[in-house]
Amino acid sequence: MSSFTLDGHDVPFTEGQSVLQAALAAGHPIPHLCAHPEFKAHGSCRVCTVKVNGRMVASCTLPAAAGLAVESETQELKELRQGLVQLLFVEGNHFCPSCEKSGECKLQAVGYALDVRTPHFPQLFPDRPVDASHPDLILDFNRCILCELCVRASAEVDGRHAFALSGRGLTKHLIVNAESGLLKDTSVAVTDTAVTVCPVGVILKKGKGFAVPIGQRTYDKAAFGFEGKKP
Amino acid sequence: MTPAALHALLEKHRHDPTRLVQILREAQDVAGWISPPLITEVAGHLGVPRARVEGVAGFYSFFATQPRGEYRVLFSDDITDRFHGSERLRLDLCSQLGVEPGKLRADGRVSVGVTSCTGLCEQGPALLVNEHAIPRLDDARIAQVAELIATRHPLREWPAELFVVDDSIELRGWLLGASVAPGEALGHALALSPDAFLEQLAKSKLRGRGGAGFSTADKWRSAKQAPGPTRFVVCNADEGEPGTFKDRVLLRRQLDLVLDGMTACAWTIGAQRGFVYLRGEYRFLEAPIEAALAARRKAKLLGRDVLGHRGFDFDVELHLGAGAYVCGEESALLESLEGRRGIPRNRPPYPVTNGYLHQPTVVNNVETFASVALIALHGGDAFAAVGTPKSSGTRVHSVSGDCAKPGLYELPMGATVRALLDACGAVEPQAVQVGGPSGVLLSPREFDRRLCFEDVPSAGAFVVFGPERDLLDVVVNYAHFFAHESCGFCTPCRVGTTLLERSLDAIDAGRGTRRDVKEALRLSRMLRDSSHCGLGHTACNPFLSLYEKFKPTLERRLSSLDFVPTFDVDEALAAAREVTGRDDVKAHLEDV
Amino acid sequence: MNAPRRKLKVATASLAGCFGCHMSLLDIDERLFALLELVELDRSPLTDKKHCGPCDLGLIEGGLCNAENVEVLREFRRSCKVLVAVGACAVNGGLPAQRNHLDVRDCLKAVYPVVPNDPELPLPLDKVHPLSDVVRIDYFLPGCPPPAEALWQFLTDLLHGRTPQLGHGLIHYD
Repeated sequence: MSSFTLDGHDVPFTEGQSVLQAALAAGHPIPHLCAHPEFKAHGSCRVCTVKVNGRMVASCTLPAAAGLAVESETQELKELRQGLVQLLFVEGNHFCPSCEKSGECKLQAVGYALDVRTPHFPQLFPDRPVDASHPDLILDFNRCILCELCVRASAEVDGRHAFALSGRGLTKHLIVNAESGLLKDTSVAVTDTAVTVCPVGVILKKGKGFAVPIGQRTYDKAAFGFEGKKP
Repeated sequence: MTPAALHALLEKHRHDPTRLVQILREAQDVAGWISPPLITEVAGHLGVPRARVEGVAGFYSFFATQPRGEYRVLFSDDITDRFHGSERLRLDLCSQLGVEPGKLRADGRVSVGVTSCTGLCEQGPALLVNEHAIPRLDDARIAQVAELIATRHPLREWPAELFVVDDSIELRGWLLGASVAPGEALGHALALSPDAFLEQLAKSKLRGRGGAGFSTADKWRSAKQAPGPTRFVVCNADEGEPGTFKDRVLLRRQLDLVLDGMTACAWTIGAQRGFVYLRGEYRFLEAPIEAALAARRKAKLLGRDVLGHRGFDFDVELHLGAGAYVCGEESALLESLEGRRGIPRNRPPYPVTNGYLHQPTVVNNVETFASVALIALHGGDAFAAVGTPKSSGTRVHSVSGDCAKPGLYELPMGATVRALLDACGAVEPQAVQVGGPSGVLLSPREFDRRLCFEDVPSAGAFVVFGPERDLLDVVVNYAHFFAHESCGFCTPCRVGTTLLERSLDAIDAGRGTRRDVKEALRLSRMLRDSSHCGLGHTACNPFLSLYEKFKPTLERRLSSLDFVPTFDVDEALAAAREVTGRDDVKAHLEDV
Repeated sequence: MNAPRRKLKVATASLAGCFGCHMSLLDIDERLFALLELVELDRSPLTDKKHCGPCDLGLIEGGLCNAENVEVLREFRRSCKVLVAVGACAVNGGLPAQRNHLDVRDCLKAVYPVVPNDPELPLPLDKVHPLSDVVRIDYFLPGCPPPAEALWQFLTDLLHGRTPQLGHGLIHYD
């Protein structure tokens, strides 16, 4: 089996794997948000950026190749990733104490893993009204990090195209497939993959609040990349 | 828009979803804006998800998803337009029309906003009315425009002289000065086999004129050798880099050279279809290009059996963009050509193997294709003999800003900055922006550097800043440009360009400290190191150039304080003062 | 623990917060005695002193929602060598910042039949801000509230001149 090195460790890979996939499979938790094992690499969050031969590159879209020398756990990359996570925090309205996803949220977990203690940059405080029109689901756009996992899941797995993106730049935003702009007028179903794939607290099921108490949730117990294992 | 009109429009576009950007553009022409029911109708007829159409309508800045009035006026907001007083003229027009900047007038008839550089820098200030360009604005022209709008004169009946765009050619070389019949260069190319022509191209050492400078022969060879049932040739005429306008003129004066070059490419790589992707700001070129394409079809320069070569079928379609700088990036351009949001693709794979509809595709700049025609005419060796060892041929520079004779200057590759400054009559320039905002700001110490790939590469823009200009104004303008044009795909560019813009605005407003400079440097590093595409990688260049080369200009604008609040704390109490009617001492806060 | 030679002066305040962070500090339980061996409290809801003297350390809970918050924060910045934003509201505005998409004029008109104009009432800012928007902040301790363990770890690190470390489980945004 071919291999590349990650911070000096040999990482084996199979043909077609990305650097991120191979690293995760070998137990090296490179932080990431928009990457998901069931979906094609997206490359938008940039949190998985690594340094290869002196060049910064997103590891999720970088094909693994024999002999690559990949750096990941360096101070330079830690600071870069902290900055990216901070940009995501100031872009939206992330009020973790009132979020049902708190403790299960990947954005939080990556923030914890990177020792992010403050959003640092000036908060942008956007106005993003909540869509509570659907009988079983709620859409809280305040927390969206624009990873497009719901867009991809609804198109590729559920076959419904219930979600998409509109706008550009900082006004880019999640939309639903309905002229009214309301989730209740889409064909989305509570059993859809798109509903469960959200890494943050945008798409939530109604009537399911706080079934697991705060303090006993995934990332209360384990660090990012060590879910289900002892920290 | 009537159902019959929409039906006819969709018929014309063969109900083809790849033509979505064209369909929306033409539908907006009729309907005035792209309303939610119109989106639903278009999506239904094309058989694509409604949200996809809404996403495309929401991406391009010329698409209005809210009513914008019968007259949609957009002032070009390039720094050169500002130098020539565009801000005052815009506010004058607003007051003459009784409209608030950026808002639709209460009667729903007119709105006045701003747009990124319209590529009329040497004859600015300029504006677009319903995407039709009016250059050389002055008080008289503004009064005339105000009157035409006030009297609801139909746009097609406005005086033609308002829309006259000059070509401003100041110095001709063999490209701007070429005088050859349509198809003459193509005839020379087709006299050779595809492989033999590729060999000439390799000998010419031609490198792409879009900015990156990739070897044209290598690109064509890769596309030729890539497996695929069909191949495409795309001419990138999305000339969006502020300060660049050479393609505008080449498409008018030397269009047949460009089309000869494209057709020679099709011959070489084995393509049947080509596209010219023209930026929406150059809508005034739409009719002449369509006319030239029709003439070439008639002359057997396009269509079946081109120039009598049995089996060589090639035709070219014109696509217009709709206000998105990022579509100048080749993979974003291809997405747009396919009727999608102009988001740059992940690479690899590259367009030469997975381009338009994921088939092997050559994407070259207008000037590159025109240069190919010169190579067909004169041979690869003759082309390589001009310029420098690594940068063959000539380069057409778009010169604007503070100089006596702005316009187009064609010089051999490798000419010095100083030579071009002398030619255009620049007096004591303090700096030159080469290659637009994504390029580099040069100080007088660098004026002996050479304009070529070995030294200072350029996408064609050359903007001169005289001694009286404040370079911070320039950098602030460019920061706003990038924040406006970021496609929003990746985190650092989507959020970072806006935060960089705010840091620089704070410095410009006298609220910046050394800490803001440090923050701007940190954001710049993040943009450069982690952005998805060239837009983000280069969005920090203007600030970094200022920081590295003109530090006193930056530092004299900084507050001496250790910390200044990120917002005006007294102003933040104004709303509460208003509603309580208070103005006592405790109803105010000191700013710092 | 090796006690430093002189007791350090510490001030605390709750601005646009809920006193939850102060409650969490009290949750260090009997370690409060150990803490009081190290510090002397200056201005604080626990001492009821109204103004801050020169201090080594200032701990501020809550964000900035009105003019008085800004003035108290500035007094702390002037008086304290080291200033810490404690808890979600101080760090990013927190739950009070959820009003930021509303016009503060509409908020006041909705709440009061007649909007009061008494100069003793602090005027609200148009938006709720984190502390770092108005003064330089030296350290941030997130959490709603930060767990008692995190406060203990953070304070003992600081009081002993170490850079505060927060490992897994101590850094929380909720």
